[in-house]
Amino acid sequence: MSIRHGLLALLEHGPRYGSQLRTEFESRTGATWPLNVGQVYTTLARLERDGMVVQDGEDGAGHALYAITDAGRGELKSWFQRPVDRASPPRDELAIKLAMAVGAPGVDIRAVIQAQRHATLQAMQDYTRLKARALAAVEVESEDGEQARDDIAWLLVLEQLIFQTEAEARWLDHSESRLTRLSATAARRAENAPAAASPAPAGHDVTAVADTARTAPMPRSTRR
Amino acid sequence: MPESMPHTSHQPQQAFKSQQSQQPVLQLEELTRVHGSGATEVHALRGVNLSVFPGELVAVMGPSGSGKSTLLTIAGGLDSPTSGRVVVEGTDITTVGRKELAALRRRSIGYVFQDYNLIPALTAAENIALPRELDGVSARKARVSAVAALEEMGLGQLADRFPDEMSGGQQQRVAIARALVGDRRLVLADEPTGALDSETGESVLALLRARCDAGAAGILVTHEPRFAAWADRVVFLRDGSVVDETLRSQADSLLSGQAAAQ
Repeated sequence: MSIRHGLLALLEHGPRYGSQLRTEFESRTGATWPLNVGQVYTTLARLERDGMVVQDGEDGAGHALYAITDAGRGELKSWFQRPVDRASPPRDELAIKLAMAVGAPGVDIRAVIQAQRHATLQAMQDYTRLKARALAAVEVESEDGEQARDDIAWLLVLEQLIFQTEAEARWLDHSESRLTRLSATAARRAENAPAAASPAPAGHDVTAVADTARTAPMPRSTRR
Repeated sequence: MPESMPHTSHQPQQAFKSQQSQQPVLQLEELTRVHGSGATEVHALRGVNLSVFPGELVAVMGPSGSGKSTLLTIAGGLDSPTSGRVVVEGTDITTVGRKELAALRRRSIGYVFQDYNLIPALTAAENIALPRELDGVSARKARVSAVAALEEMGLGQLADRFPDEMSGGQQQRVAIARALVGDRRLVLADEPTGALDSETGESVLALLRARCDAGAAGILVTHEPRFAAWADRVVFLRDGSVVDETLRSQADSLLSGQAAAQ
């Protein structure tokens, strides 16, 4: 996660001190990705080393203020222009778990799917409730421009979380029906094939599919 | 589907503590529905229990053929269960006569369908007033309460429009107003967003949610997780059985830093 660029974007609004940056970062993103002050200062130190921020005196209470430099502005501008790198997808524990559940002995892959679906839907319920509130906050016209920007930013972040969990839920539904279809096909094949040719009678359950999927030859194009 | 379906941590619990003192608006008890007989016998529902309390929106999800629509049509008295009870506002509708059932449906149960089902020859206000007029309320009085219902939902400007003069989203909002007019406080919605774009679907759901927050009880059948997420509980049906359900959102604990753990 780009704390660096997040901080630069906040400093673009004027000099700020460390814990102020932390607070503002969190009010923009609704504390979805909490920062600790240590991370903020470490990042500021690196930005300073790279010439993107400079220390710029102190405020009345003696907090050291940081200001963005021209180099920092350039980096920020190019960050906004550049798409986020999707070349190497981040590791996804759920995808790995399902991949491992295929054919795993003693694992009911559909139970794995349902347990996750439950958790995913529950998370969506939470996000949706927060979103309903965020929508109400956005609709009330705020006098405070800063507050209004934070409300909109938080709404966007929440909606991103909803879209992400939705994609996960859809993928789980898809995986389950995919496995069901595959097991039906495997069962039909087993019925049609002579007994000798199919050593393991494929039942209607998904583990049978999983076994088939593990041992059956794959089409060449999907083989690595 | 096979019998080996996972019965994952299915804990039917009361969603709200405060509701335990309240009577459910709808209570389904050991509901079964068998279509056909003998070799062609299909078990659409196998012993489903579900209660919906005032203020609660329950989403029912499941693959096609899991029994979602059967559940809804039986809950609304459009079909009869093979066995089990359907208690609406304290009355078991499986034991009442035809006439009484029709009256009960008019007074207590509202439907929202995917294709709106407004009567094309009637304006929005007339569509909403109709069930009350059928119930013996004077036309004037029914119209006044219909317009009031529309206004309460911010739809006052639609009162004199005919269905073909309204967008799909507007028609569906009128359908929700009709579903909850008068004393009705049970709304059964079957894929209400199915014919709408996602933005409009969202606003229809927000309206349904608001009506439930105002005291109605709702069942929402949907295959869209994003819409189901507006519910207080999500019930998962498989092969006619409830296999799992989520509980009411704990959104407040998310804000107090639980999200940090993720």
